[in-house]
Amino acid sequence: MMANKRIDKPTGTETVGHEWDGIEELNTPLPRWWLWTFYACIVFAIGYTIAYPAWPMVNSATKGMLGWTSHEQLAKEMAKADESKGAIRAALAKIPIERLPEDSELMRAAVAGGRAAFKVNCVQCHGAGAAGSKGYPNLNDDDWLWGGDLKAITYTLEHGVRQPDGEDTRFSMMPAFGADGILTSAQVSQVADHVLSLSGKAKDNAAGAQIFADNCAVCHGPNGKGMREFGAPNLTDPIWLYGGSREDVIATVTNSRYGVMPAWKDRLDPVTIKMLAAYVHSLGGGEDFVEVAEDPATEVDEQS
Amino acid sequence: MESVLSRAGIWFVLVIAAFLAMAAAQDSGFAIHMGIIMAAALIGLWFTISKPDYSAIARGILRVPADESLYYDDVVRWGVIATVFWGMAGFLAGLFIALQLAYPVLNLGFEYTTFGRLRPLHTSAVIFAFGGNALIATSFYVVQRTCRARLAFPGLARFVFWGYQLFIVLAATGYLLGITQGREYAEPEWYVDLWLTIVWVVYAAVFIGTIVKRSEPHIYVANWFYLAFILTIAMLHIVNNLALPVSLVGSKSYSAFAGVQDALTQWWYGHNAVGFFLTAGFLAMMYYFVPKQAERPIYSYRLSIIHFWSLIFLYIWAGPHHLHYTALPDWAQTLGMVFSIMLWMPSWGGMINGLMTLNGAWDKIRTDPIIRMFVMSLAFYGMSTFEGPMMSIKSVNSLSHYTDWTIGHVHSGALGWNGMITFGAIYFLTPRLWKRSRLYSLRMVNWHFWLATIGIVFYASSMWVAGITQGLMWREYGADGYLVNSFVETVAALHPMYLMRAFGGLLYLSGAVLMVINVWATILGKLREEAPMSDATYDPAADRPLAGRPAEQGA
Repeated sequence: MMANKRIDKPTGTETVGHEWDGIEELNTPLPRWWLWTFYACIVFAIGYTIAYPAWPMVNSATKGMLGWTSHEQLAKEMAKADESKGAIRAALAKIPIERLPEDSELMRAAVAGGRAAFKVNCVQCHGAGAAGSKGYPNLNDDDWLWGGDLKAITYTLEHGVRQPDGEDTRFSMMPAFGADGILTSAQVSQVADHVLSLSGKAKDNAAGAQIFADNCAVCHGPNGKGMREFGAPNLTDPIWLYGGSREDVIATVTNSRYGVMPAWKDRLDPVTIKMLAAYVHSLGGGEDFVEVAEDPATEVDEQS
Repeated sequence: MESVLSRAGIWFVLVIAAFLAMAAAQDSGFAIHMGIIMAAALIGLWFTISKPDYSAIARGILRVPADESLYYDDVVRWGVIATVFWGMAGFLAGLFIALQLAYPVLNLGFEYTTFGRLRPLHTSAVIFAFGGNALIATSFYVVQRTCRARLAFPGLARFVFWGYQLFIVLAATGYLLGITQGREYAEPEWYVDLWLTIVWVVYAAVFIGTIVKRSEPHIYVANWFYLAFILTIAMLHIVNNLALPVSLVGSKSYSAFAGVQDALTQWWYGHNAVGFFLTAGFLAMMYYFVPKQAERPIYSYRLSIIHFWSLIFLYIWAGPHHLHYTALPDWAQTLGMVFSIMLWMPSWGGMINGLMTLNGAWDKIRTDPIIRMFVMSLAFYGMSTFEGPMMSIKSVNSLSHYTDWTIGHVHSGALGWNGMITFGAIYFLTPRLWKRSRLYSLRMVNWHFWLATIGIVFYASSMWVAGITQGLMWREYGADGYLVNSFVETVAALHPMYLMRAFGGLLYLSGAVLMVINVWATILGKLREEAPMSDATYDPAADRPLAGRPAEQGA
């Protein structure tokens, strides 16, 4: 075989002397830069394994000269982050929610924290811009089902909507007028027309108005402006949670709607809930306190 | 006659067994799979009964022994067609899921067409169906030529080909039906894994058998790589798929490992699927087709030895870099990272040996579109084998992990390295296998080259930008120390990048369509009239085992 060695003309390099299906191999030495870079990588690797936890031994691995562990790094970074927010969280824990707007710096910090918490916990339903979608309320407007001042928002956050096991949850139940046979489908159509007429979207009819007065006014109010104690929406504005077309309204009256929201008090700490309330309140539709003065003392006790 | 009878008997028993398993199936997916196996066995039975020359058997004529003076290329021809077919299927699936990421409405509302089920269909189609068929077909071609011996056990080679296609069909239909182990690149369930194990052992027997009967004193470097690929994939496949089926007539099984050990086993497998399937196997292709097409000697025999053994030794330890900053112990993460870094030069050894083989023939890049493909392939190989070790560095990984950067990295390797070298090999093989004077059109190869290259540039660069955008947005903190972005905002920010990626995929697919036309027309024996481009020479008389060569040409 060695007899087949020859000098390759274009490169001037000797071949090894083997040949397979016409393929020969040159006897070129390893490129120096390749070899030294390979050595450098090996040296780096050895150095790194001396510095950091690396080689498995009988009971545990070598710890590394730097004593670094990922657990400690995480704990340190988390502690640092907690520390930077510690003062603000302490202040937020202390202040009663109705006094929060007085402290504009703290309010700003609460809104910033609330925005971050919202992006983790709330965007799935209410959307990244809090604009909601069908069945999930828009939080940017001033149309509130259960109240839009800081306290009301906090309450809704804490107890949720229609939570089966919570006595304090926001709860109401509109009858399924069509499905349960309370109204005939003709009557449902008539009352739907009346409801649409409240916002000028359809012509009113006397029969519908009568049905509304008999069945709906008890929660939605005689003029359809809604009642917050029942979470009954205002029917006179152009804002529709489940759609404002005639078909949508007929579907709502026929089958009713039962939207739900989790009770966050079991999932988030009180400070985060306070920050979320501040953020939602800041979105544009937040209302001032009307009945703050009624029992601020108890609220203060709860929060301290 | 007896062998016909016993073969038919085996097929018949298989039909009955598959039927019984179908009847007793615990879930509908398993029943459908057994139905597919029964159909495959029925086809096998039909061919066994209808094919033999009964009059010859009746007259007692013995079958002519295989002609040792010719290479056995039937399986290679089928393999080339299968590679092109599955390539198209895989690229189409890839383009579709890329569009799904840009337009979720394309999930179409059926569970069968969701991204979650089509994504493994895409990955398995391109890696195992396209890449796997290319590896099996080229390995059978290359091992015969470089050993100057006819393939050992041609019957078993046919079994390997059809058995592998059955594996692909079972895997693909399984994904659509929702049958999965949930292990990336190892999704098929236990019974499909067992089938692949049988096919793979037979594949190893055919390949090693051919090496054993070789007429050459030395084993060529391409065959070292093929052998490393076949043996290591067998080991990886078996260990990673150790599982206990819930029922012997049901599709569900549970892994033998739990928790972080399961994750590490999976990524030991997953990373080495890249290392030994997509790197070692394709380096084997490179070591044959590049010097053949360039008609030049391999650059350095010494480099091929050193980079082969260092690659094989180092690759197997690098898997933990897929589990940085997880529950995996720190020490294992460290080792995964440093072994990846040491892997850089051994990987580049293959690129150097491929590119520098063109020494003395660099002008062919200007004139030979197939060489152009090989060179681009090696360039992407070099780029992604630098990018890989870089991304395994923990501080880089903390930015890149879980982002589209990884997708970009994988595709610069898969589309650039694996795809281009396979296209080049197919263009090399087709005229030789079907005894044509040349390809239908070398100009179309050139068009394919440019469409694919520009497609990859769109794909890789859009995913780099997307990945880094994503990574930076995920870790962006505001002045108050809170995260700035919600996850959905990071998704929305990527939309333009996803469109560019899909456009790149469309270009790549268009190039592959040209290949389908070109290969098809070449097989039909057509020649496009066009201004000539240069191609490697071919001497059919020399393309024979040692036994078949004229005396003066024998070694």
